Amino acid sequence: MIKITVCIGSSCHIKGSRQVVEQLQHLIAANGLGEKVELGGTFCMGKCQLGVCVTVNDTFHSVTPDGVKEFFENEILSKV
Amino acid sequence: MRKFDTKVQHLKYKVLREVARLAWDDKLLENILDIPEIIVPGKEATMRCCVYKERAIISERVKVAIGGDKNNPNIIEVIEIACDECPVGGYEVTNACRGCLAHRCEDVCKFGAISFDRDHVAHIDKSKCKECGACAKVCPFSAIVGRKRPCQNACKVKAISMNEDKSARIDNDKCIQCGACVYQCPFGAIVDKSFIVNAIDILKKSERNTRGGSYKVYAIVAPSISSQFSYAKLGQVVTGLKRLGFHDVIEAALGADMVALEEAKELSEKGLLTSSCCPAFVRYIKTAFPNLVEHISHNMSPMAVLAKYIKDTTPNSKVIFIGPCTAKKAEAQLDEVKPYVDTVLTFEELQALFDSRDLDLSSLEEGVLDNASYFGRIFARSGGLTDAAAQAMKEQDIDFEIKPVVCDGIEACRMALLKLNKGVLDGNFIEGMACIGGCIGGAGCLTHGEKNKSDVDKYGREALEKTIGDAVSLLK
Repeated sequence: MIKITVCIGSSCHIKGSRQVVEQLQHLIAANGLGEKVELGGTFCMGKCQLGVCVTVNDTFHSVTPDGVKEFFENEILSKV
Repeated sequence: MRKFDTKVQHLKYKVLREVARLAWDDKLLENILDIPEIIVPGKEATMRCCVYKERAIISERVKVAIGGDKNNPNIIEVIEIACDECPVGGYEVTNACRGCLAHRCEDVCKFGAISFDRDHVAHIDKSKCKECGACAKVCPFSAIVGRKRPCQNACKVKAISMNEDKSARIDNDKCIQCGACVYQCPFGAIVDKSFIVNAIDILKKSERNTRGGSYKVYAIVAPSISSQFSYAKLGQVVTGLKRLGFHDVIEAALGADMVALEEAKELSEKGLLTSSCCPAFVRYIKTAFPNLVEHISHNMSPMAVLAKYIKDTTPNSKVIFIGPCTAKKAEAQLDEVKPYVDTVLTFEELQALFDSRDLDLSSLEEGVLDNASYFGRIFARSGGLTDAAAQAMKEQDIDFEIKPVVCDGIEACRMALLKLNKGVLDGNFIEGMACIGGCIGGAGCLTHGEKNKSDVDKYGREALEKTIGDAVSLLK
């Protein structure tokens, strides 16, 4: 089980955390990974400058709405 | 710019600020007795008969500021020595008295309080009058009027009466902790207990203020904040909160978005619902209309729903709710809410907290506050919850015609509940808010005014997310 947590605090929200979440939801469904990947939200991770803040099993990543696909392929698809 | 509506609020604020200053420095125990003289220096009385009475009352205010009487479960307390026992109130004979022959007023008075002068005009002896009102009822000229005390007048649930010594008394079984009397008493004799010391203790020991601190503190702020702290920008208030030690500041409006979706579903299933966001309204139904309890929405309030979400997703977190409401302090002590909300502050108390750290909000950089939708944000004013519920129906494709009855102020709530009780209510959803205008009329607001509603609407329109679904999509 891979756990992806996206920051939904104000700062990341403004930088597009909703678009990140929506793209991830879509990618997880499209790849049929609903059973293997858990997507959740949390409030501020304390690294607002690096937002949108995302953790994959507690490893930190900085993801922009434009880079979600690349992030998903590198960090998620390669690990399942 | 004026920070408060009245001098009573300002006095309360000064006490809270001094208490907070000492609490930050761990000197409360040591220096608490110095506070009255700090606030009332010198020998000239400015508020009461002498500085000694003024200081004695300040000492009582300090007690309430550090949590009040532990044996009294009510959040709202009377400071008896501050109560002016309002001699102007009570029943009075007006100049409409014609000095008639019948003297029904004298006959009906069981306490012998009525006498007549040489012109046969009635007079009421205040020391004998028990304010039963019988004389006023029988006078054919309606020449006797009952002038109620400001506290009794403010209390629409009729929880306030007089003690033997004429000081105000609150009936805890009836009181809904709305705080109307707190805001209206011109002598500041009725006060809401403060948990500002608990809040400081929580903040002090948190990760941000203590090396090795084991938890983060989250502020949930009510959307009515957009009408407060008008001398600074909202973003500066957010930065100020973080300076105090809050890890993050989150809008209660996001909780409101979550509640709106659930409440719309519940309404369509049950067909009849009363809202559960306002804790004073919920308590009013429970105390005054116990047979209508089944209609109260089972959803927790936006505060509680969001606090639960934070605690569920973030281990080692503490939550402080900041809003305009005294009744929220009582809500946070309910068994079902207690695990999620650690303590509650009002905007008045937050102002004292900022100033106890000498934070000048208007000079701070602007932080951001953006979690919720337009609809979550307008919960702060009367009618907002109903708009949100209707929107939530639409977004979830629920085919149900919502017929709202929007009530602000306990008198309006009472009318709607009486109709519901008799089965003659023209509507299927009662939006009940105990304060006039909704939360923006709350007793814990710094200022109240006409502009507050437009401020809330403006803040709503600034929301990044235009629909409720967009705002909560992040949470699933």
